[in-house]
Amino acid sequence: MANTILVLAEQLRGEVTDITFEMLGAGRKLAEASGSSLCAVLLGAEAAPLAAKLGAADKVLVADDAPWDLAPADAVAGALEAVMQQTQAGLVLLGCTNVAAGIGSMLAVKTGLPLVNFCRAAKAEGGGVVCTSQLFGGKIYSDVKLADGKGVVCIYPGAFPVDAGKRDQAPPIEKVDLPVAAPKVTFKQYLEPETGDVDITKQNVLVGVGRGIQTQDNVELAEELAQVLGGAVCASRPVIDQGWLPLSRQVGKSGMTVKPRVYFALGISGAPEHWEGMQNSQCIIAVNTDAKAPIFDGAHYGVVGDVLELLPALTEKVKAKKG
Amino acid sequence: MNLYVLLKMVPDTVEELNVAADGKSLDSEFLRFKLNDPDEHALEQALLLKEKHGGKVTVVTLDAPEVDDVLFTALAKGADRAVKLPVNQAELGTVAAARVLADFLKAEATPLPPDTLVLPGSYAIDDLEGELAPLLATALELPYVGVVCGIAPAEGKATVRKEFAGGLRGEFEVALPAVLGIQSADKPPRYVPVAKVRAAMKSARIETVDVPPPDRPRQLELERTYKPEAAGHAEMLEGSPEEVADRLVEILVKNSAI
Ligand SMILES: Cc1cc2nc3c(=O)[nH]c(=O)nc-3n(C[C@H](O)[C@H](O)[C@H](O)COP(=O)(O)OP(=O)(O)OC[C@H]3O[C@@H](n4cnc5c(N)ncnc54)[C@H](O)[C@@H]3O)c2cc1C
Repeated sequence: MANTILVLAEQLRGEVTDITFEMLGAGRKLAEASGSSLCAVLLGAEAAPLAAKLGAADKVLVADDAPWDLAPADAVAGALEAVMQQTQAGLVLLGCTNVAAGIGSMLAVKTGLPLVNFCRAAKAEGGGVVCTSQLFGGKIYSDVKLADGKGVVCIYPGAFPVDAGKRDQAPPIEKVDLPVAAPKVTFKQYLEPETGDVDITKQNVLVGVGRGIQTQDNVELAEELAQVLGGAVCASRPVIDQGWLPLSRQVGKSGMTVKPRVYFALGISGAPEHWEGMQNSQCIIAVNTDAKAPIFDGAHYGVVGDVLELLPALTEKVKAKKG
Repeated sequence: MNLYVLLKMVPDTVEELNVAADGKSLDSEFLRFKLNDPDEHALEQALLLKEKHGGKVTVVTLDAPEVDDVLFTALAKGADRAVKLPVNQAELGTVAAARVLADFLKAEATPLPPDTLVLPGSYAIDDLEGELAPLLATALELPYVGVVCGIAPAEGKATVRKEFAGGLRGEFEVALPAVLGIQSADKPPRYVPVAKVRAAMKSARIETVDVPPPDRPRQLELERTYKPEAAGHAEMLEGSPEEVADRLVEILVKNSAI
């Protein structure tokens, strides 16, 4: 196995994101099993003060020249390649996130190393690393072996414990000078989330609808249930992409993270990107025509059936109960 | 504008997926294929750009089951040219697929004209070896942005929106030509009536362009492929919609939602 394992620490708007701690936890385990050291790389103007939070690493390399903030993927990949050479690292962990999109693929091409995407488990084995990837919306897993322990591994958010990557100690911090080529992609500004009519993160009850709701008119059925329960309707990505509900109602990886008392997942398959946004709901009730839909693996209660038949019946019963 | 949309067929995950006897690949017997979701948005985004700024939309695929239907549908929606590269997609990982598609694009024009946008979907559900867009951008030495959800082209450049999380997005300026991984189009993908697709099948043609096959189809050796074992399972409620609704009301009361 490689002598050094690198983690590309992620930050957005001056905050270290959870994926960073997940990666540090995963990297720590691999490093201990293989006798390697764990080194975090943090880029961006605010990197220096944030580096102190990465105590699970043996060392943090910091490049805090301003151009690194939201630098293009090829520039970050180039920087990582340089750090890999300096540290003799052979294994790099990155987040399988929108922020880091493309960096891993580009680094793999630059270094000639294999890339393993969507990784949700990794263990050291006989000098190598075996990674488990989740494919096809979480319906299938594949195990892939990096025989010499070298490669670029993109870690799926939510798959590794965050706490395992947190330590109450300050790591040694080292500044590095990294080459920045004139970028062909420049960051202009943030576009703040649209604030909708309702804030779905503040509801006690959410009626979530997915592609199984089939038409915009049918969304009204969910709206009626939400109304009698004093909650709101939210949705998976395909429903938002169809324009049936505004972006402010999207739950999941690129949408909102919600924790209502009750979350209805109606005609939602339970893809990892949706699950990420609602998994901490107190009670999850899933309704799906497919008895094998992944949503049933995590939901508290499940109904195999047609959401269009159940919705009107449930709305009536709730009305009757409330009197 | 000179717009290339790269379309990929993926197994429809609404169907049950089973592992083949080799313990590594998917059992193809009952697989149904569909166009990768983000690719549908890439096509829509290209059609919207063409409508607004003029130009030509070329859709490109590798060979895969049911891919002709997808190409004719794209033509019926307004694409100008449909190209199929006779290399079987099933055997290829993303790295090899990117190489084949890059060869095709290089043969189209080197360098690509400055008003060119290459638009793959941002990701595919079987992207084990990485995403197509950054790999293509590297092969073509073009700038890249991924997870794109809006494009406004101007002279020699484009302003693009990229999704982060929690509804937060960022605006970037990109020099053209460029490769943009499309997550969602400015508008929902349009619907095209079956009659129009049939008409396209009669009047239009799918071009086949020969490209050299990749020397190494896959970068990664799979050890095994399997269905995940669920850590838990929901308590299932059975009965008529009325009976189920009664149970759900109890559950709602128990969770202080009524
Ligand atoms: C970078 C990235 C970001 C993403 N961000 C998000 C995000 O923020 N939020 C999000 O949700 N997704 C996101 N996705 C997409 C995600 O991968 C899935 O494609 C999406 O969640 C699927 O939505 P769905 O469950 O509604 O549709 P599908 O997966 O198509 O599922 C539809 C379900 O409805 C069931 N069904 C059909 N008819 C009925 C009926 N009559 N009654 C009951 N059930 C029925 C079917 O059995 C099926 O299980 C993202 C993906 C990526 C790669």
